[in-house]
Amino acid sequence: MAQPSCSDQRDRPEKGRCCPGPAGGPECGCESHATVSGSAAAGHWIVGQVDTPAGTIPKVEARLRFQDRLGAWKARWAIGRMNYAVVPGLYAVGEPGPDSPVFVTANYKMSFDVLRKQLADMSAWVLVLDTRGINVWCAAGKGTFGTDELVKRIATTKLAKIVSHRTLIVPQLGAPGVAAHQVKKRSGFRVIYGPVRASDIPRFVENGFDATPDMREVRFDFRDRLVLTPLEIVSWGRRALWGRQGLIIMLTLVVVSGLDRQGWLLHKALRLGPWALAMYAIAFLCGTFLAPLLLPWLPGRAFAVKGAVLGGVAALAVTWFRWDASAGWGTRVNIAAWAVLLPTVSSFIAVTFVGASTYTSLSGVFKEMRLAVPVHITATIVGVVLLVLGQFV
Amino acid sequence: MGKLAYLRNIVTLELHADKCTGCRMCMEVCPHGVFVLAGKKAKIDDRDACMECGACARNCAAGAISVRAGVGCASKFIHGQEHGTVARCFFRIWGYGV
Repeated sequence: MAQPSCSDQRDRPEKGRCCPGPAGGPECGCESHATVSGSAAAGHWIVGQVDTPAGTIPKVEARLRFQDRLGAWKARWAIGRMNYAVVPGLYAVGEPGPDSPVFVTANYKMSFDVLRKQLADMSAWVLVLDTRGINVWCAAGKGTFGTDELVKRIATTKLAKIVSHRTLIVPQLGAPGVAAHQVKKRSGFRVIYGPVRASDIPRFVENGFDATPDMREVRFDFRDRLVLTPLEIVSWGRRALWGRQGLIIMLTLVVVSGLDRQGWLLHKALRLGPWALAMYAIAFLCGTFLAPLLLPWLPGRAFAVKGAVLGGVAALAVTWFRWDASAGWGTRVNIAAWAVLLPTVSSFIAVTFVGASTYTSLSGVFKEMRLAVPVHITATIVGVVLLVLGQFV
Repeated sequence: MGKLAYLRNIVTLELHADKCTGCRMCMEVCPHGVFVLAGKKAKIDDRDACMECGACARNCAAGAISVRAGVGCASKFIHGQEHGTVARCFFRIWGYGV
């Protein structure tokens, strides 16, 4: 079965419009902006224009400026990320002519930037598809970077009048949405799949527009995972730490820490509360930061297992630190409670990193979640019961 | 460091060799080197490496490949429903089953 989601997006354009993404802004993905001209496409990256038989085409510089790097950095930290887009359409890099190659990309600005940066030593056309500000791979998975949009964009930009050849270089990660044989049939343009990483484009061009097997392989290196962690921290943090739910959870932890057989004791809350908050923070750090970074070295294939093991190691370290032969049963039960809760929270957060990983299958994710979530719920109940019980023994 | 590998024996990827024309397109678009050429036809070499992105099936002109493709929670970015989506995504996946 092919991807059912492909036409989904087209059936529900209103969803795209109500989202805070580029569809909401002036550079929205609405049809009225489909044909873009130089004047509409404002941005510091536009440095001139190129005349073609189909009108003037905005020219962009291949050099990234400080603003571009800052914008990418902000997007990594989820600042303005849903509205980080360029206007779809055709752009020129260098002094392209009818024979120059055409590179296709998404209108997520970071995608656009990594591509133009690699075109510094050549003259080329860049065809930007309207993916509502989503990167190539994610948009291809959803079909917005797809055959329909590509064929439509070829027509609206009058690409056939601008170039004499009939070849497009589409990033390989666009392939889940683009059917090369259908593009050929519907537009006359042949699709050549370029390398996975834009940084391989110069080598790809040198190699006669042929990607070698190493350019075709998706990796998930330490650095690839590292740059994704800020988004994990921010998107989880805005719920679990500084969001309303997070504040409620943390307040509850402090309140519970003060419970005692003699009622509620402030000095007990002040003694155990910081521990509870520290445990919670450690679990958060394990799930959002350490688990993604240490992914290949954590045992297990399931992310839930990886997260739980990491949380378990952290819990052991904490236990070693807190354990005291003279400690009362209350402290011991409290330690036990966190030995259950810490891996659970870490595991729960780590599971969601499958969405950012480059090698997990949907079937695998389904299976993992169906097994993991009941365990998470059960473990949370056990942990909370232990936590409360520990206050009264 | 070993290659990252996800769960075993779960992927829905199927190759119908009788329809395969040996055009190599699947080998070209697969980001995990799942396919190899055996004689004049494609062959699934590393099934568990498949991430069900659907690129091969989408680009198989002969319709010889089937896979239930999907991108998990990425829909939240497309629809822009950031708030509370993780929980919703969990329940959707759990509730719907496979």
